Amino acid sequence: MSTKVPSSPEVVIQATRGFHLVAWRDIYAYRDLLWLLVWRDFVARYKQTALGPIWHIAQPLVTTVIFTVIFSHVAALSTNDLPPTLFYLCGLLAWNYFSQTFTSTSSALVANANLFGKVYFPRLVVPLAGVFSNFISFLIQFVTFLVFLVLYRLGHPAATCGLGWSALLLPLLLVQLACLSLGVGLWLAALTAKFRDFAVLSGFIIQLWMYVTPVIYPLTQVPSQWRLVAAINPVTVPVECFRVMLLGNGYISFHLFAVSIAATVFALFTGLLIFERVEKTFVDIV
Amino acid sequence: MSRPIIEVKGLSKRYLLGAIGATSLRVEFQRLLSRLRGAPAANPNEFWALRDISFDVQAGEVIGIIGRNGAGKSTLLKILSRITEPTSGTAILRGRVASLLEVGTGFHPELSGRENVYLNGAILGMTKREVRRKFDEIVAFSEVERFIDTPVKHYSSGMYVRLAFAVAAHLEPEILIVDEVLAVGDAAFQAKCIGKIQDVSHQKGRTVFFVSHNLAAVSQLTERCLLLQSGRLAYAGPTERALEEYFVSDQSMPSTSFDVSERPREHSMGQTARILRLRFEKKTPQFGPDEPLSFIVRVRSNADLTQLRTSLTVISNEGAPVGSGFSADTARLRNGETVDLRVQLPQPRLAPGHYHCDVSIGTGTPLTGLKEYDVVAKAIQFEVLAARSTSGTISQWQHNWGKTVYSGVTSEPIPPGAG
Repeated sequence: MSTKVPSSPEVVIQATRGFHLVAWRDIYAYRDLLWLLVWRDFVARYKQTALGPIWHIAQPLVTTVIFTVIFSHVAALSTNDLPPTLFYLCGLLAWNYFSQTFTSTSSALVANANLFGKVYFPRLVVPLAGVFSNFISFLIQFVTFLVFLVLYRLGHPAATCGLGWSALLLPLLLVQLACLSLGVGLWLAALTAKFRDFAVLSGFIIQLWMYVTPVIYPLTQVPSQWRLVAAINPVTVPVECFRVMLLGNGYISFHLFAVSIAATVFALFTGLLIFERVEKTFVDIV
Repeated sequence: MSRPIIEVKGLSKRYLLGAIGATSLRVEFQRLLSRLRGAPAANPNEFWALRDISFDVQAGEVIGIIGRNGAGKSTLLKILSRITEPTSGTAILRGRVASLLEVGTGFHPELSGRENVYLNGAILGMTKREVRRKFDEIVAFSEVERFIDTPVKHYSSGMYVRLAFAVAAHLEPEILIVDEVLAVGDAAFQAKCIGKIQDVSHQKGRTVFFVSHNLAAVSQLTERCLLLQSGRLAYAGPTERALEEYFVSDQSMPSTSFDVSERPREHSMGQTARILRLRFEKKTPQFGPDEPLSFIVRVRSNADLTQLRTSLTVISNEGAPVGSGFSADTARLRNGETVDLRVQLPQPRLAPGHYHCDVSIGTGTPLTGLKEYDVVAKAIQFEVLAARSTSGTISQWQHNWGKTVYSGVTSEPIPPGAG
């Protein structure tokens, strides 16, 4: 019998006191799992569906049509002189990424409680996988948006809306959206683990949240003295920025941006802290 | 002796009974209010699932954990596999840990067998490259080659479990934690699993933590056991002693004494003479592979009997009769007398496993004709343990070899021309 003393690092298991930040090294060690989960999320969702990934496009398109009819034609809300279809598609592009990631993150602990109760891996891998798999869905919607933009420009040679140079900063904005939805989602995931009330609430929250975010109206419709307050809702600025970058139309200022970044950092940081705190023993309470 | 691979010191785990299961916001709010008012926290219902557990494990050891339901076995494994944290105390693990608390954890029904092997491997802590390297081996072990590209939702439960165990069995951790996984699959596959675990510990020198209610498997696999009783470590030492302690301490375990006097009988049996009680003379209802089966039957007679014999039918766990035996009809009982008879089966030759016996008293033999005074079905229950071979490995009895062990089988060359 050959017994060798393993060279692997020591794992010390004991009760954690206070708050700890994320063990990134642990997550790096499980990077293969992260990618497999991303792939699983994406592939498994559409197995045995007739339309498959087309659903990624169908959902925002149908929503856009309904928004165009209801908010633009019936309620006659301003779209800042932009064609309503492009206005809503662009707003939904940012909003959907936020709301999908928020939803998948907030249900990460409870939905996988059975898995977490049986095997250890860094819990944060699951919400992170959601961040990336929703990104794939974002890309599909992004391409759809570009197709619509090009078609519109072909039909209206005089139109001015379109991508500006600032569109190159879009990836940074996506990172902000990812951090934001992850941070807020982790808060809800942690709270849902303890109180199921929040499972009911999170669907409700996200519904109402859209209306306080300039998805169906431009930020310029908000009275100027209230815009800074609106920016405390950290999704406001990214959604508006999307329109500035992709359609060259919108209102943004340094102050608004600073408030939004600060709110994002706060949400992510506290979200990670609370999540890391809850994940240690959450299998005991689900 | 080198540094132990697992060092556990004063490990305790407390559950708040009120807090098991998510509370509602309202309850929590009330609790907060009462705390603010200075009232004592309304939750003194604490429950210690583990209390001050300390032990060391050396590399290459196979350790069993036994104890009743609720003794803390699963909690201990959950802490060691980092699923939950202890309330106090520490555990130091010097090596990669893989826990197998349930096979097929994280299998996705819509994905194919191949895809699930990769996914499950990653969940258990393998890298993609490791899985790729062992993929063929895993598939061969699972015996589902033909269906590897079929979604696992179409698998039979047996195929599902085999594939899941195959993935887990090819992990290469320094410390393997196994819980009850052998409760699944058919007997042949269980044997294969046990073989694989032995292989992992003996050939590869890995440390295995094994929890099971299957005491036969525990005694086959482990040399040392921890016995947990209501969260405390009641005994740590050689498996045989630990099992004995377990049976002695635990009244709810398969008993060694069976009171059958009040059991209803068929066909007005038990009138002339009646079996009151049966018991084993040893402390545990377990017999070694070559040990004679012996027990004591207490009989009360309601008539003068001159030619009483005992007979027994051994029945396997699956309900199939294995064999029967009849004693000589030489016992004499007077009316109203109660006597103890020692029944012995010198060479039961039973394969490892669980058995029960129907026991009867009567007169006559199969040759002279039988007359029964009393018949008790499932009168006693016992277990035959597996042999431990001299090389340290276990001679595994295959399910399809039947229930009887033939001894003294010979196989010798015949000199040419002699026949």
